[in-house]
Amino acid sequence: MIKKRNSPVFPHRHLLGIKGLSQTDIKNLLERADANVAISCQKTKKATVLRGRTQINLFFEVSTRTQSSFEIAGKRLGADVINMPVSNSSVKKGETLIDTAMTLNAMHPDILVIRHNSAGAAALLAQKVSCSVINAGDGAHEHPTQALLDALTIRRAKGTIKGLTVAICGDVLHSRVACSNILSLNALGAKVRVVAPSTLLPKGIEDMGVDVFHSMENGIKNVDVVMMLRLQHERMAGAFIPSTREYFHFFGLDQEKLKKAKPDCIMMHPGPMNRGVEISSAVADGPQSVIQTQVEMGVAVRMAVMEALIEYCQKKHPEKMHEANCS
Amino acid sequence: MKPIVLENARIVDPSRNLDEMGSVIIASGKIVAASASTHNQGVPDMANVIDLEGKAIFPGLVDARVFVGEPGAEHRETIASASYAAAAGGITSFIMMPDTHPVIDNVALVEFILRTAKEVALINIYPAASLTRGMAGQEISEFGLLTEGGAVAFTEGKKTIANPNVMYRAMTYARDFGIPIMHETQDASLTSNGVMNAGLMAIWLGLAGIPREAEVIPLERDLRLAGLTGVRYHASQLSTAMSAEAIYYAKERMLGISAGVSINHLSLNENDIGEYRTFFRLSPPLRAEEDRTAMIKALRDGVIDIIVSSHDPQDVDTKHLPFADAQPGSIGLETLLAAALRLYHDGSIPLKRLVETLSTRPAQLFGLDAGTLKPGARADLVIVDLNEPWILELDMLHSRSKNSTFEKARFQGRVIATMVAGKTVYSSGLVDF
Repeated sequence: MIKKRNSPVFPHRHLLGIKGLSQTDIKNLLERADANVAISCQKTKKATVLRGRTQINLFFEVSTRTQSSFEIAGKRLGADVINMPVSNSSVKKGETLIDTAMTLNAMHPDILVIRHNSAGAAALLAQKVSCSVINAGDGAHEHPTQALLDALTIRRAKGTIKGLTVAICGDVLHSRVACSNILSLNALGAKVRVVAPSTLLPKGIEDMGVDVFHSMENGIKNVDVVMMLRLQHERMAGAFIPSTREYFHFFGLDQEKLKKAKPDCIMMHPGPMNRGVEISSAVADGPQSVIQTQVEMGVAVRMAVMEALIEYCQKKHPEKMHEANCS
Repeated sequence: MKPIVLENARIVDPSRNLDEMGSVIIASGKIVAASASTHNQGVPDMANVIDLEGKAIFPGLVDARVFVGEPGAEHRETIASASYAAAAGGITSFIMMPDTHPVIDNVALVEFILRTAKEVALINIYPAASLTRGMAGQEISEFGLLTEGGAVAFTEGKKTIANPNVMYRAMTYARDFGIPIMHETQDASLTSNGVMNAGLMAIWLGLAGIPREAEVIPLERDLRLAGLTGVRYHASQLSTAMSAEAIYYAKERMLGISAGVSINHLSLNENDIGEYRTFFRLSPPLRAEEDRTAMIKALRDGVIDIIVSSHDPQDVDTKHLPFADAQPGSIGLETLLAAALRLYHDGSIPLKRLVETLSTRPAQLFGLDAGTLKPGARADLVIVDLNEPWILELDMLHSRSKNSTFEKARFQGRVIATMVAGKTVYSSGLVDF
């Protein structure tokens, strides 16, 4: 059973990014998620918050872990979950994103989870549909649930986030995870560093309130958390690094480099990993790695987000909810 | 047609360095007189005398950078609809870019444009022809024949010639015909997949940035080649402070260099993109506020010569997409003057200089019979209420496409009427003709 609690109402209809959320909003979601962790450990992993609700997962980019995490989260809350296989649908036949959105909207879903390769796609969708939209990653913009699950993982390991030093290492330029994490960690009072060769950092990143390092040794010195990013081969439009061999030599995390961090430092990775490119197997599977916990927190966080959004809609538009969005 | 007398008007005519209260007499489609001393000539017999009650008269605006969908994309804009929009915006002549389907790279198409314009357009339309065949950036077009056919400039429109040797040869050959090369400079490799100005705003939005150098590097290359060949070179639209500086130094050392800036880059900056508003996706992208103010200063000081609308109609199918997938471009014929008048009202550019950049100077640069109210000139003019406040609603627009960066914008100053060759082609209804 879910613990009865009195979380304040989350004041947003959609979750499009960490930007726009206050510290209170983020903490609200983390509290809810914390309570949800237990559900996944029960024998009967079922709650009823979303009973009768329809959740559509609309993934324009292939994803295994995020999509299944959203699916499991929805199902554990009792929702009917539909995965739209975009790769062989009308999108391939030239239908625009907005047309697809309007079509799905006409089927009265309650939650639309979208992943798209264009920044702003989730925001565009949110303008057009009448249900809640969750951004599951849009281009190099944001991936808010990832940042939330990372924050939850850190908080559960360290007790608090305030005052910690977190190093985000690797391909920041192409990473929506980095963007969302910088925003949420800054909001929660951590000190954030980014560590990468200059070609993998956007121009002007310092203005986001991070310290910039171009060497792993200095960058992860005395940090509490090392967050590795995937080197996104598929987004490498040009030659950003000479070779993966050189990259691993200077920026790949191995045990030697990890020794520079605090002894109780935890090591995170949003997955999927490129072993031997940005991370060595010894570190990935080592005692400091919390990668499996991140996946576990992912389900709890996504349950929390959906529950919070639905609760908001119910409070705001109770009549709409009873009439099941019918016009 | 009866002669017309426009009395009690503020006449702004930069071609004669004139800004004074007076009257304008129009007969047989020509200006007979336009100054404070006009009344000495007396009123012609049978004339239609109109008291403008202090409203302003400018020579009709000349817009040197307009994209039209005809031929090839008539659902976005036709020559006729573009001319209605222009007339409503006080524009009496524009240069039509050759980015059509097919590309305007041969005499037959130039003739098609001129013939169609003559039949259907309310205003004067001058075609520009492409620099290279099919805008492929390889073989130069038939500059001589195209000039004879009526092309007034050579340009690749939205494209940039990447190969410096092609540009060098085109400039060398074009010089012999005395008509200008108008070039937009965007290095394709540096631009890469960028969709907005590189900087913090782009990071926030997760969009790939375009560095300012993508514009300046090919611009500086062109300016060097222009120096080498002596061609008339016009940079079609600049967006960065660095580009203005490059033009400044080029003008110091040689003649025949000019530059334009779009009204968007004088009025807006990257922050206007807000939450992925695709109407604000432009090429070159909207830059930072420092660049915008540098553009205004360069325009005031004469480093930049002219303002263009960069009217670029885009339909729902090319704009209602995620930001990075949307086409760049905004319409602008109908808002050019009103948006430019903001620069007058806020004191950054004097009215006479503003009208010069919108009318007299572009006419001079491209050798068009326009941009002046001197006696004997064709009576192309616009009557403006400099102070009327209004808000732009998209359904007011005559353009077939509604992708305006000025949706819901508040303006001060509005077109009352537009005349081409003495004939009223647009009237807001406030003055009776």
